[in-house]
Amino acid sequence: MARDAILALNGLTMQFGGLLAVDDLSFEAKRGDITALIGPNGAGKTTVFNCITGFYEPTSGAIRVNHADGKTFALEKLPDFKIAKRVHVARTFQNIRLFPGMTALENLMVAQHNVLMRASGFTVFGLFGLPGYRRAEREAVELARYWLEKTALTDRADDPAGSLPYGAQRRLEIARAMCTKPVLLCLDEPAAGLNPRESDELNVLLRAIQKESDASILLIEHDMNVVMEISNHIVVLDHGKKISEGAPEFIRNDPKVIAAYLGVEEDAVDAAEAEVGA
Amino acid sequence: MSASSAGKSSVVMHALKDALIAGIVAFGLFVLLLGFLADDTLGKLRPLPRPVLLAAAVGIVFVGRFLISLIYYNAAALRVLLGELFVAAFALAKRFRFVLLALMIVLAFVWIYRVPDDWPLVATIIITILFAVWLGLTPALLALAVLFPVAFYSNPYYLGIAIIILTYVMLGWGLNIVVGLAGLLDLGYVAFYAVGAYSYAIIAQAYGWSFWVCLPLAGLFAAFFGVLLGFPVLRLRGDYLAIVTLAFGEIVRIVLLNWISLTNGPNGIGSIPRASFFGIPFTADDDGFAARFGFEFDPTHRTVFLFYLILALALITNWVTIRLRKLPVGRAWEALREDEIAVRSLGINPTNTKLTAFAIGAMFGGFAGAFFATRQGFISPDSFTFPESALILAIVVLGGMGSQIGVAIAAIVMTASFELFREFEQFRLVIFGFAMVGIMIWRPRGLISSREPSVYLKERKTISAEHVAEGHG
Repeated sequence: MARDAILALNGLTMQFGGLLAVDDLSFEAKRGDITALIGPNGAGKTTVFNCITGFYEPTSGAIRVNHADGKTFALEKLPDFKIAKRVHVARTFQNIRLFPGMTALENLMVAQHNVLMRASGFTVFGLFGLPGYRRAEREAVELARYWLEKTALTDRADDPAGSLPYGAQRRLEIARAMCTKPVLLCLDEPAAGLNPRESDELNVLLRAIQKESDASILLIEHDMNVVMEISNHIVVLDHGKKISEGAPEFIRNDPKVIAAYLGVEEDAVDAAEAEVGA
Repeated sequence: MSASSAGKSSVVMHALKDALIAGIVAFGLFVLLLGFLADDTLGKLRPLPRPVLLAAAVGIVFVGRFLISLIYYNAAALRVLLGELFVAAFALAKRFRFVLLALMIVLAFVWIYRVPDDWPLVATIIITILFAVWLGLTPALLALAVLFPVAFYSNPYYLGIAIIILTYVMLGWGLNIVVGLAGLLDLGYVAFYAVGAYSYAIIAQAYGWSFWVCLPLAGLFAAFFGVLLGFPVLRLRGDYLAIVTLAFGEIVRIVLLNWISLTNGPNGIGSIPRASFFGIPFTADDDGFAARFGFEFDPTHRTVFLFYLILALALITNWVTIRLRKLPVGRAWEALREDEIAVRSLGINPTNTKLTAFAIGAMFGGFAGAFFATRQGFISPDSFTFPESALILAIVVLGGMGSQIGVAIAAIVMTASFELFREFEQFRLVIFGFAMVGIMIWRPRGLISSREPSVYLKERKTISAEHVAEGHG
């Protein structure tokens, strides 16, 4: 596996009873790149995400994350919260999962739990308001303020997350993931439900993350406007298998990808039927 | 016109039908419960029919159901009417607020005239209300709590009730950490209260250590039991969690009943060492509290001391909870209540988060238990039954999950009304039930259901209940 790969999947397989959701999938995502994972509905994209972020334990296969300092982590055996805590892989969810009753700022503070927990001496120092913790909390608020500005949410910082409009909730979820200082940011359909203007703004935000932070991005997306414009590398899944991989230009013209999305041409169906003897 | 009048009559018919069914059900339910009294005055047991009572009960249900159905079927129109009435009444009350104040004072005088001994209580209530209006609820209640023994020094009955109220305030605040903040429904909270009381009683008797040594130990034991309960229920949510915590409460009580060599079983533990004033006992001896400080001996000294002790313990619980809410662990609790999956995705260990909530909630329950043991001087498993748990949970739910002042008010109202309705002993639970139903209709998220954010950038805005999750387990 190349050292410049932030994420490498090798033979990842996920089976639910009789259903093979992901079948022997291997690909790499380069450090600093935006890698997109696309495919028709039910192709197994979210399952791959859940395996990477530890919400599922894969049936077999290896998932490796390389940090810039040379450390390598095997993700397939780590539980979900340890992947976020130690390996610094952050994620968002297809159906937004914010803390709706907490303010936008509080959401971003929860994301910095582990840093603040250490600073508060696992609650003991924090309970008595020692200066070390207060400084750490100020820094945490500053980081939150930085990401609130990046996501244009500063004005709504003190409003409950549940009261924000849909697009703002999507951005807040990304800001929350960024507050964990990730090396790999996994976005599950970040443009779902956004209008064209909002998805353009999302492109700008993701490019800014790519340029200004240490995070590489892996995203699942159906919105081809977003995918084709910002990703450096695209992996196409269909029925749990990788059917194609390459730069956006290559994918756009790959007949296998077009067939998977639009259905195969008629003579191909005839050929297949002849094969099975129908 | 005819269509609408036909509609109206059908609405009335519908309501009548509803009321009739409710009446029949009520009759079936009450015919044995209220219809007959088991009377044994003449030496033999015979049923004494009580037709009037039965008819009254069924009649109330019939009429009530009829009215509710009428309201329900004409909901929109009635809501408008009620809304207008409410607004008008409010405006009227505001306009004549001085008249209302005067009326309140007159009522107070009537009360004092009828029960002259109650005058300090009436005066206290009025002063507290005035303070609450002028300065806010929290300072008023705090001032009331601090000055209470001064005002009622000569009335040990009131002091006793106030101590019970404060115990429940503390228990409510303790359970609030588990249920209100972390969103973990705990139906067996009384188990930790029991563990605290028994560990205090056993340690204090066996080793003769002072209250101030045994109190933290009792809290530690209870916290340990909190972790013990926490481990098996980590994976459970909602109803399943509630069932297991309920069972845990029962297990602890049954163990206390049957482990006779340690707990003395159903006979309980008596002559538990009393709390001392930092080593100085409240006795009439020469080295007792009164003699040392040059007072005349008075058993009320101990009661007043106990009052301030439980007040301090409750305020510590409150202070710790308020601090914890602003620390990462408290934010993680609330986040856990809002969405556990998201919590995991942010690298927060859900196991530790849940266990700390159980342990800290249990610890305060244990402190309260130790206080209970030293106040009573006698404990038995009878004091730690499920209704206790239910009462504490009711205090948290009625007060508004997560709200400190709401829980305090609910504890005061519930416990004080239990005393107030002591004369109507048999109807106490009925009134209690009605109060619960009423709260659930008008304020389904509790008295104070809004949430105060733990940190803010520009301004602190109160978060209304509609956004706040109740937790799933």
